[in-house]
Amino acid sequence: MKKIEAIIKPAKLDEVKEALDAIGVKGMTVSEVKGYGRQKGHKEIYRGAEYIVDFIPKLKLEVVVETERASRVVETIRQAANTGKIGDGKIFVLTVDEVIRIRTGERDNEAI
Amino acid sequence: MNRKGALLFLLGTTVATGWPTLAGAAENGIVDTGTTAWMLISTGLVLLMVPGLAMFYGGLVRTKNVLGTMMHSFVAMALIGVLWPVCGYALAFGQSIPGGLVGWNSDYFLLRGIDDTITNGVPEYILAMFQGKFAIITPALISGALAERVYFRGYCLFIVLWFLAVYVPLCHWIWAPDGWLFNAGASGVIDLAGGLVIHVSAGVSALVVALFLGPRRGYPKIAMHPNNLVMTMMGAGLLWVGWFGFNAGSTVQSGLDTARALTMTQVSAASGALTWLIIEALVFKKATSLGFVSGILAGLVVITPAAGVVQPSGALILGALSSLVCYYALQLKLKLGYDDSLDCFGIHGVGSGLGVLLLSFFIRDSWMAKASAAAGRAWTAIDQLQIQLLGMGVTIALAAVATIVICLVVEKSVGFRIDEQGEMVGLDQSLHGESGYGLVHSDR
Repeated sequence: MKKIEAIIKPAKLDEVKEALDAIGVKGMTVSEVKGYGRQKGHKEIYRGAEYIVDFIPKLKLEVVVETERASRVVETIRQAANTGKIGDGKIFVLTVDEVIRIRTGERDNEAI
Repeated sequence: MNRKGALLFLLGTTVATGWPTLAGAAENGIVDTGTTAWMLISTGLVLLMVPGLAMFYGGLVRTKNVLGTMMHSFVAMALIGVLWPVCGYALAFGQSIPGGLVGWNSDYFLLRGIDDTITNGVPEYILAMFQGKFAIITPALISGALAERVYFRGYCLFIVLWFLAVYVPLCHWIWAPDGWLFNAGASGVIDLAGGLVIHVSAGVSALVVALFLGPRRGYPKIAMHPNNLVMTMMGAGLLWVGWFGFNAGSTVQSGLDTARALTMTQVSAASGALTWLIIEALVFKKATSLGFVSGILAGLVVITPAAGVVQPSGALILGALSSLVCYYALQLKLKLGYDDSLDCFGIHGVGSGLGVLLLSFFIRDSWMAKASAAAGRAWTAIDQLQIQLLGMGVTIALAAVATIVICLVVEKSVGFRIDEQGEMVGLDQSLHGESGYGLVHSDR
């Protein structure tokens, strides 16, 4: 099983979610995060003073899928979240040892 | 107040003691229900400005200090709310003691002698409470300059001492019927609702406190973001509404002067907001919400001293000029590097100070005619400007000197500037044992 973590632009969430729905991904976790990469910060204006804000708001999407579906999910996210501009984000793929559904105790692929 | 702006319109001559008769007011002993009703509403409106200010300031600080900052405004309602009936009203509005430093009237001590008093148709209790609200909000304004870096106990001691040493004397000099600035020149210093007594005094003291305390740790290298501009905007809205009670209520009538003051307040606030919006649109190509509400405030503070004497064209000009000057005052702050954190000096001090002086050039003719009659010669804008400058100089001197002494006393006694650990953790947790929001991260 693989866990796919995608850092994306907040405005792209709906498109990514719809694209993942379309290929049968059944669930995901989204959190609001802040960070920076090559895009670096952006400027904000408070009472006539410009401030560089290093940490830019992004969304982190977490999806766990069977190993064989991982590459398709990654490609789907990449296409849906792509604007071609700097700051589109990154996708990380991690190996997951175990998955347990709390309600039933089902494990691994049944629990995804 | 009957001792405030209204007198300025109605009297050309010096009033030594006693109450003037207001136009249309009932004789002593009979309640003028119209005026009384409006003064009750005004009292409520001015009180509403205190939570408004708490929201305005509270939204501008970092998440870890939101409650501590709001408490700075709220605690003034308790501290000054107790001191005012005990001795504040007696000191501010009693007859001048020899030398005229403050007043004293034992009837006003604990307000014990005014239980049956009706003054010019208005129960004296209302006048005392209305004035008390101004006394509450003034020290709270200063909290904008010391935000995010003082002990709560130090702040409490500071505002009590400041109230006694700065507010009470100024209020007596400028608003009491026998105050010496009230009687300066042909018709006194013009300060309808507290350009000097409230905003310049608080603004100058704010600058002194900011210089005394030094900047917040990390300022200005670390950007310190407002935690909740939504709350700041709501607070600014409450301030605008409350200001109608503040300015129009200060005429202590329900009549022509009231209508004038209310109109000028509205016009100037709108003009100020629009001007700031335009400046930012030109400079940054962005219309920021914080800029907009800063413009509202700039328009409101500039008209506070002037709402009784200027006309709408004057109010438009004053509001616009205030935003322009305040905007550049804030730029200067960035260059000079002092940390007047929420711009109490940069907006209240600068904007209202501007109004105190410039109003001289926009006074309506009828007022100038009365002043000329009182002076026994043609009274000009320059004559009045000199009186305004006198008031301004006195206010700045008293506020600056007294504040530096108070700062030293507070620092040496209970402590003023918070320790490093407390500042880093934030006031909410280290001083109040609470946090303002639920699961929101507290790192900024």
